[in-house]
Amino acid sequence: MRRSVSLAVFIAVAILGIGALGAGARNSSVAAQQKAETTEVKIDNFSFGPATLTVSVGTTVTWTNRDDIPHTVVSADDPKIFKSKVLDTDEKFSFTFTRAGTYPYFCSIHPKMTGKVIVQ
Amino acid sequence: MSRKTMPPKIQDELLHDHNHDGVDRRGFLKCMAWAGTGAFCVIRGGVLHSYSLSRFAELSPKEMAGELSFAQISDSHMGFNKAANPDVAATLKAAVDKINGLTVAPEFLLHTGDISHLSKPEEFDTVDQILKSAKPQDVFYVPGEHDVLNDDGKQFLERYGKGSKGSGWYSFDKKGVHFIGLVNVMNLKAGGLGTLGHEQLEWLEDDVKHLKHSTPLVVFAHIPLWSVYPEWGWGTEDSAQALSYLKKFGSVTVLNGHIHQTMQKVEGNVTFHTATSTAFPQPQPGKADSPGPMKVPAEQLKSVLGITDVNVVKGQQALAVVDSNLE
Repeated sequence: MRRSVSLAVFIAVAILGIGALGAGARNSSVAAQQKAETTEVKIDNFSFGPATLTVSVGTTVTWTNRDDIPHTVVSADDPKIFKSKVLDTDEKFSFTFTRAGTYPYFCSIHPKMTGKVIVQ
Repeated sequence: MSRKTMPPKIQDELLHDHNHDGVDRRGFLKCMAWAGTGAFCVIRGGVLHSYSLSRFAELSPKEMAGELSFAQISDSHMGFNKAANPDVAATLKAAVDKINGLTVAPEFLLHTGDISHLSKPEEFDTVDQILKSAKPQDVFYVPGEHDVLNDDGKQFLERYGKGSKGSGWYSFDKKGVHFIGLVNVMNLKAGGLGTLGHEQLEWLEDDVKHLKHSTPLVVFAHIPLWSVYPEWGWGTEDSAQALSYLKKFGSVTVLNGHIHQTMQKVEGNVTFHTATSTAFPQPQPGKADSPGPMKVPAEQLKSVLGITDVNVVKGQQALAVVDSNLE
């Protein structure tokens, strides 16, 4: 009896342990995914940060211009999928990505500034 | 006055004391001096002389004499109010005051774009109002990318584009000199540079087709028509094709803005000048992480104001541009 209890405890502990491991793995995976779903893109020093952003379908991405020069956020596809008005300092533009795909974009005032959003 | 004659061979990025403020290339690098305001240009004996208006008071009547003179101003960025220059209206007014102080009034003004900062009607209105007080009443414009925001240049065309073609390009003649205003700020592509486009190139080829090769040409556009620094977008994708149409001409001067500093380059028959901004300076190519506005102490900002005057001189086979040092 004592032996079977020990075994039961051992099994229970083992199961818990495995469960905990599994939960831990799941949590870190969720955390990584959440990190990748950052919906903010900052415009600093004539560049988009991050330059490549990966999000899931349905995510709304918001760009904020933190330069003291105006910028735009314009889809590089033809036809253009999104196009902001000119963003002065601290102004924002948001777009919700409803379909999977890769969306390259640029600043139409300073076309050397490029970025892309990957929607999965 | 000492005169720097045009080098006979192609030279890259000549950085003269173009502002005539005693700052040579080395000095420029050292103090990052910035000369806003403009240039006085006089064409004399087929040679275009350019003087910074910052020291216009030292110009002698002889230096200002020529067949034709005009002044170039650029990059007013009306509406900009950040630390690099919180009062761009005042610095534009200072430019106009300098132009009005010339003993020989330029016949007209060229504005090489970025009149406004955000294409707002009130920004254009303010510039129009300030320029009304300039002695030369004729102002010829080309748009900068800041003038065509949000509406693909519709407002710019309504205000400044009467009689122009396409997105605002045109040409005119003054006293035997053929002036060509080009637009290279429309339909910019991701990762690309300024662009003229097929339609405008075709027009340009046709526009110069019937001109005598001895006709002096002055071409002006906002973004430089030469590769100043492609990494920052300071160049025009299809400028080589445009310049190929001008090869037969003995004398071609190209005036640009956009980079908020003076640079000069001589390549064969073509001399390229970029003008300073009346609003704020930008760093030299590659000397900063980005081409954002350069902040200089307020007292320096004022002290480095200058104007470019262009004086076109006719009579020589080849049109040459001479940088004139006022010392």
